[in-house]
Amino acid sequence: MSAVAARRPAVEGTPADGSVLSACGVTYRVGGATLLEGVDVEVRAGEVLALVGPNGAGKSTLLSVLAGDLAPDTGTVTWWPAEQASEHQPRRGPGERPRTGGEALADVPVGELARRRAVLLQETRLSFPFRVVDVVRMGRAPWARTTSADDDDAVVAEALTAADVLHLAARAFPTLSGGEKARASLARVLAQSARLLLLDEPTAALDIRHQEHVLGQARACAEAGDAVVVVLHDLSLAAAWADRVVLLERGRVAGAGRPQDVLTAGLLSRVYEHPVRVLPDPATGELLVLPVRGPASVPVRGGTP
Amino acid sequence: MTAVDARATGTVRDERAAQPGDEPEETDQALAAVRALDAPAALPPARPARAVALFVVLAVALVVLTVVSAGSGQLHVPPAQVVGSVLHHLGIDAGPVPGHANGDAVLWTIRFPRVAMALLVGAALAVGGALMQGVFGNPLAEPGVIGVSSGAAVAACATIVLGLSTLGPWTTAAAAFVGGLAATLLVYALARSGGRTEVVTLVLTGIAVNAVCGAGIAFCTFLADTQAREEIVFWQLGSLNGTRWPYVALVAPLVVVGVVVALVLARRLDLLSLGEREARHVGLDVERLRIVAILVIALLTAAAVAFCGIIAFVGLVVPHLVRMVVGPGHRVLVPASALGGALLLVGADLVARTAVPYADLPLGMLTALVGGPFFFWLLRRTRRSSGGWA
Repeated sequence: MSAVAARRPAVEGTPADGSVLSACGVTYRVGGATLLEGVDVEVRAGEVLALVGPNGAGKSTLLSVLAGDLAPDTGTVTWWPAEQASEHQPRRGPGERPRTGGEALADVPVGELARRRAVLLQETRLSFPFRVVDVVRMGRAPWARTTSADDDDAVVAEALTAADVLHLAARAFPTLSGGEKARASLARVLAQSARLLLLDEPTAALDIRHQEHVLGQARACAEAGDAVVVVLHDLSLAAAWADRVVLLERGRVAGAGRPQDVLTAGLLSRVYEHPVRVLPDPATGELLVLPVRGPASVPVRGGTP
Repeated sequence: MTAVDARATGTVRDERAAQPGDEPEETDQALAAVRALDAPAALPPARPARAVALFVVLAVALVVLTVVSAGSGQLHVPPAQVVGSVLHHLGIDAGPVPGHANGDAVLWTIRFPRVAMALLVGAALAVGGALMQGVFGNPLAEPGVIGVSSGAAVAACATIVLGLSTLGPWTTAAAAFVGGLAATLLVYALARSGGRTEVVTLVLTGIAVNAVCGAGIAFCTFLADTQAREEIVFWQLGSLNGTRWPYVALVAPLVVVGVVVALVLARRLDLLSLGEREARHVGLDVERLRIVAILVIALLTAAAVAFCGIIAFVGLVVPHLVRMVVGPGHRVLVPASALGGALLLVGADLVARTAVPYADLPLGMLTALVGGPFFFWLLRRTRRSSGGWA
């Protein structure tokens, strides 16, 4: 372990075990506004990492930086080689050789990057009425002319099943409802067989069943050894499904760690500028995050009923 | 033990799994689905049969119409004699030769070059339209509508008026290419936002570009002497009249190169319809694709405009009809549009030559007559089906 670490080029911070991607001191500005300031995020294999925070806190911007869409003004984003990422790495591409050192995100070619990470954006619009199955097949594009392309049909079928859109496979994408589009897009992202999934509010348009289903998929991917970063608005969902939570406040990290450590009534009430209660579900013990409504007499920190 | 403690010791998941109800079951199912690499799920079949049928129909229709068109005109040559004449020129001694004394000469000096030009220009316009719609992410983009054709035309008119011949016979074609490229880049820069073009922005940009180019053409007309003026009017109307083999020889390589590159780009254009960011996420070098595609669009438009003037709406009508039959996949769309465009233009030129006896109607007028209402219908339909366009 130490030998591996010693061979790495000098990068700020030493990545923890299983690191896939590290963002270090990331600052991003647009015009006069600072959208991210000094953000450190560690993305690890086998983990679901939830990004939460109020509107405009920089969640989507951070996701775009991690995806390589936006180059940070200062700070580094580093890819760690796959061998280091996890001991069980079931989805490694054939062209991917184990590397010894970290690699700056900006140096990874766009085609190679697509084999490593898949991104689900909030809204997908399609210029032409492709069928759902054809859209999901587009997720296999990075693997064209590799040996993995032989599995395309199996992977596509698996992704359609996993996102619960197999029955919609022959429908034209623009004819789907918002939630169905979101799930079809998720299927495309799953079909990409990347070891890092970046999901921007995948549950926003979904009913309760599919919210649970989609996050269950994210969980399943993490348990299979992938790294998952998911932007969530519903804090109870984040508490239930994430291994770690990063709470953003005006472009800075206000808290990072296990859900029960970050999602506390005091911190959330401050960051969201609204009184928030955190209490365990009487049936399962999961954390429930609820806004305080009505008169201020309601206690800010709730106990077990 | 409180629930929070339970989570901290990592037993929450097990508790959840032990809960009755659908949810844990579903999670298990989902897990199983992800892990099952040999998922038995059947994908909906691709539809190669429809594509093959379309190609066969287009190819047969194209051959038949080409033969009929070559035989039609003031001097009628029956189809069998047209085929016979071609075979004899290929050194195959089969079939009847044209009965009329001048039949062979008419076919080989007037009709065949004209029909060949119709094939090339139709293919160029339709493929240019399909490419442009792919790059603009908008099914209503078309070289004529958004002003690329008139951009090419104004540059070509300028060479006529100024009597430029720097590049010999290539001068006009080269100027058309530069003008078309400039117009494409201009519209592309002005009309797009976030990787897409809204219909209103696109059409309004087209109006602006067409207005400026129209002014340019008017100025050229004003400057020109009588002969150049006639040439310019011919440009604006669009016609295949007077096509000679050397023109065909100039246009053919441009069209062949353009169509081949378009075929190579086809798969990438599919990805681009996801949107620019998403296309990049699946590994597409969007910048490079855009540059190559715009060059090819300008090349194809220039090839079409260089000797035949502005023939609008072919690039709109043909790809759209093909999409309705076989779907939007560019790997089928591009070659089918090439065949369909060729078919449409050979047919339109046949009508232009024979509809009124002893008159050669302007081809651009005919295509606009049909294409204008079609464009309007498309606009209504697009607006109704996906309100986001308008």
